[in-house]
Amino acid sequence: MAITRRSALKGMFQGAAVTVSLPFLETFAIPALASTPANYPLRFGTWIWGCGFIPEKWIPQATGTEFELPEHLRHVQAFQQKMALLSGFDVKLDGVPNKPHVTGCLGLRTGIPVPNREVVAPTLDVLIGDQIGSDTRFRSLELSASGTTNSYSYRAASSPNPSEISLLAFYDRVFGDGFQDPNAGHFAPRATDLVQQSVLSQVSESRRDLMRRVSASDRARLEEYYDGLRQLEQQIALRLEPPAPVENFEFPSRPEMPELGAEMDTVLENHRLMSKLLARAVQANQTRIFNMLLSDTASNLRERGSTTTHHTLTHEEPVDATLGYQPKVGWFADQSMIGLRDFLQALDEIEEGEGTLLDHSVVLAHSDCSIAKSHAVEGIPVIVAGSGSGRIKTGQHIAGYGDPISRIGLTLQQAMGLPTGQWGTLAMRTDRTIEALIG
Amino acid sequence: MKRLLGLILVAIVVVGFVLPEPVRMPDWEQPTGGPALARRLTAVEYDNTLKTVFGAEVPIVLRHEAPLRSHGLIAAGTSEVGFSAFSAEQYYVSAQAVAEWARSSGWLASHFGCIEQTSGFDRACAQVVSQKLGQQLIRRPLAAAEVEQLSGIAERAGNLDSDIGTPWHALLSSLMMHPEFLWRVESIGDPIDSSVAWVDDAAMATRLAFFLTAAPPDAALMQAAQRGALRDPQLRAAEVDRLINAPTLRQAVRVFFEDMLALGDLENLLKDPVIYPAFVPQVAFDAKEQTLKTIEEHVLDLRSDYRDLFTTQAAWVTRPLGVVYRMPVPTRVGWERQEFSDQSHRLGIQSHIAFLASYAHPGRSSATLRGAAIREVFLCQEVPDPPADVNFALLQETGNHVLPTARDRLKRHREDPSCMGCHAITDPVGLSLENFDGAGSFRTSENNAPIDTSGSLDGRSYEDPTGLAYALRNHPETPRCLVEKMYRYAAGRDTEWLERAYLDGLVDVFADSGYQVVALMSAIANSDQFYSVWTQPRVVQAH
Repeated sequence: MAITRRSALKGMFQGAAVTVSLPFLETFAIPALASTPANYPLRFGTWIWGCGFIPEKWIPQATGTEFELPEHLRHVQAFQQKMALLSGFDVKLDGVPNKPHVTGCLGLRTGIPVPNREVVAPTLDVLIGDQIGSDTRFRSLELSASGTTNSYSYRAASSPNPSEISLLAFYDRVFGDGFQDPNAGHFAPRATDLVQQSVLSQVSESRRDLMRRVSASDRARLEEYYDGLRQLEQQIALRLEPPAPVENFEFPSRPEMPELGAEMDTVLENHRLMSKLLARAVQANQTRIFNMLLSDTASNLRERGSTTTHHTLTHEEPVDATLGYQPKVGWFADQSMIGLRDFLQALDEIEEGEGTLLDHSVVLAHSDCSIAKSHAVEGIPVIVAGSGSGRIKTGQHIAGYGDPISRIGLTLQQAMGLPTGQWGTLAMRTDRTIEALIG
Repeated sequence: MKRLLGLILVAIVVVGFVLPEPVRMPDWEQPTGGPALARRLTAVEYDNTLKTVFGAEVPIVLRHEAPLRSHGLIAAGTSEVGFSAFSAEQYYVSAQAVAEWARSSGWLASHFGCIEQTSGFDRACAQVVSQKLGQQLIRRPLAAAEVEQLSGIAERAGNLDSDIGTPWHALLSSLMMHPEFLWRVESIGDPIDSSVAWVDDAAMATRLAFFLTAAPPDAALMQAAQRGALRDPQLRAAEVDRLINAPTLRQAVRVFFEDMLALGDLENLLKDPVIYPAFVPQVAFDAKEQTLKTIEEHVLDLRSDYRDLFTTQAAWVTRPLGVVYRMPVPTRVGWERQEFSDQSHRLGIQSHIAFLASYAHPGRSSATLRGAAIREVFLCQEVPDPPADVNFALLQETGNHVLPTARDRLKRHREDPSCMGCHAITDPVGLSLENFDGAGSFRTSENNAPIDTSGSLDGRSYEDPTGLAYALRNHPETPRCLVEKMYRYAAGRDTEWLERAYLDGLVDVFADSGYQVVALMSAIANSDQFYSVWTQPRVVQAH
């Protein structure tokens, strides 16, 4: 019988739990850890802000690598060389009714525009997660800074991965019970975990009998339940093994509960704190897939003391004849880019070897529409940040000239290693990689 | 004349050949079935199950994700909702907490003498525990093989960890993660005719119990079901009467109306503290309770006409609510029962803070949201989404004194051809509630301009919220809508095409009772239709 780490650990459970000391960076030393980006896990995340943008304040005049960032992108100036701007890519409706704030967002994330929330899952993040992130503690982590649990990450149509809206609940979920400090220097597997692994394994055995008793549609829903059980089993399996050490990891302290609300300043602060915690979670290999919602697609954000939400303003604010756009809506679009800056900064300030966590990630940032006043899904603004250890070519502006936005999704899948040849349906079906984006 | 009659006869014969056979609707009491379902437990059902099985002390730590609302109800979404990885995590955390509590608090030992009497693991004892707790949590008797499997889980756990409580912890964990605990999975039972069958006995008991008690079946109901009593109308009536007269009916009525009125959403309702300083978090909590207390009193204590809920002036209030209602509340802490005065213009639950603040923006009222909610929640009418390419250029912001009131601003919508269809449906109703601001406080002007609250509802015109209250109370769709929602809630799905006659029958029973909600619940619980399923899967044809 081969002696594996698992069988060795099982052998230690002859009674009570034991503590196994593991000298830091000796037992599990990875010699090349600090030298090549290839040794750092590849991560993928999405970041959403609602209600679009002001094109003249966001789209650079030039394409290619030599371009100046327009006014609303000044906030992310520091990341200009770490991101690719994509403008002029359309969700092609092809006769599908445009449900405001839904069709564009889900069309971008699935390649399939839908007239309601009956999304044709899975979404892009789940597809990529199945490729790069299935062996972590969490399949994915979702966060929302503005108090809505909505999410645009779907494994199946009726089960979105809900967003955490509480910073404290998120902290407890990730860094509370069940979290193994990767640099603790000792490892203490718990007998109870072995017991629970056995329990869940037995529960999973009910699958075959139960599936025989239910309709086809219910079978798909119950399959999601068994899929959830598998993630739990995996979480416990990970707890039975010493975690790989992580350089520069600092265990975050439990934060104070921030003020809650939908006021822009409150949301930005909550979002900043959430981004920092999320970055620590990703750094500590708790997940490789993450989805952050700064504001929902029908944005509920407000300026403090104002009676009207961002979304309502897009409907009701008159266009300023001189400016040519809705000025208050423009303020929200501008502020949203501060949120993006904070998010990228949280990833970029974590050093991994000679690069940063952002360098080893790919972040797809996008909105749900271009000009919210008309709910236009043509020219939805997109930023791809982080090069994914060289898989994405950043520091450039690419114009889509009305091409289907599914080209972005296809290219990202291919960059992340999926063998996807074509993606999307109807006019969104495409096999055209955006070659310029591939690193 | 004969020639004419002959022509008519020929015409009848010809038309008889040409026209398709009309669809015959069955008698309303004849069961037409529906799909056997796999319904995921709602948050309330999950929590109530724990309390029923383990008692009030059980820790409730589950963080429920946002429910799926379908056809206006969370209950109807339970047969459509999926299962995210987040849910699995949260159920697991809850299972661990309950199992640990049951072990460490002595609950297990006090409820199962065999645990206390044995110093180590005892398989016979594990079988007893598995059988009893399994039946309570999975809501059906367990087969011998299932009992063996559960006992085996406990035994294996004991072999892995020498802690004396481990087997019981493992046993409870496995039950609380069991798919048939988290899902109400129904099986087809004995046939009624060639195409329709009873749902099996355990599922009958489960349907009835969750409908009339918002909790799993108790031992008496489970035993009655196993005897086949629920398939016998008379024996079933006895069980229905028992549950209707039990204190748990109060809980069931509250859960239904909380679902129908989406009162759970109030937990996350935030208002701008600068604009509405009186709307402190306690107001949202008390507002939900106020509406539920009003409904409880009206429906259960007084057994009054459901329609009068839209004109009642009963006012259950607390001090925080009193500040928003601008009425004195002498009781310092807790509730007191008052009546809204005629001058308050508050008639009916649609004039409560719960409704008015929910269907409004964080910093302003919304005639459109309120109008749509009146139609969708109370009249079961569908209001379409706004078109994506609507032109809002004519609409001005709230602070603009050129168009000072919501009526002025929305008038622009109603003049625009692409908007007028929907706004003509919502606004004449919602504008009658413009006397109440976004938090629910009474006002007579907006931007210093007087508010005009006149409006109309499906042909009935009125001048103010009082007129709206009576128009809603007397609307023929008001009781029918409650019937539809109550049945969807009970069935956990949308209604089927062939259930139209059944629904008509329920409407008649409801009317004959003087529109007593409890009579309607009793009629559903006593009907064969509520327990019938198709013998073969069909393409679902929504009503």
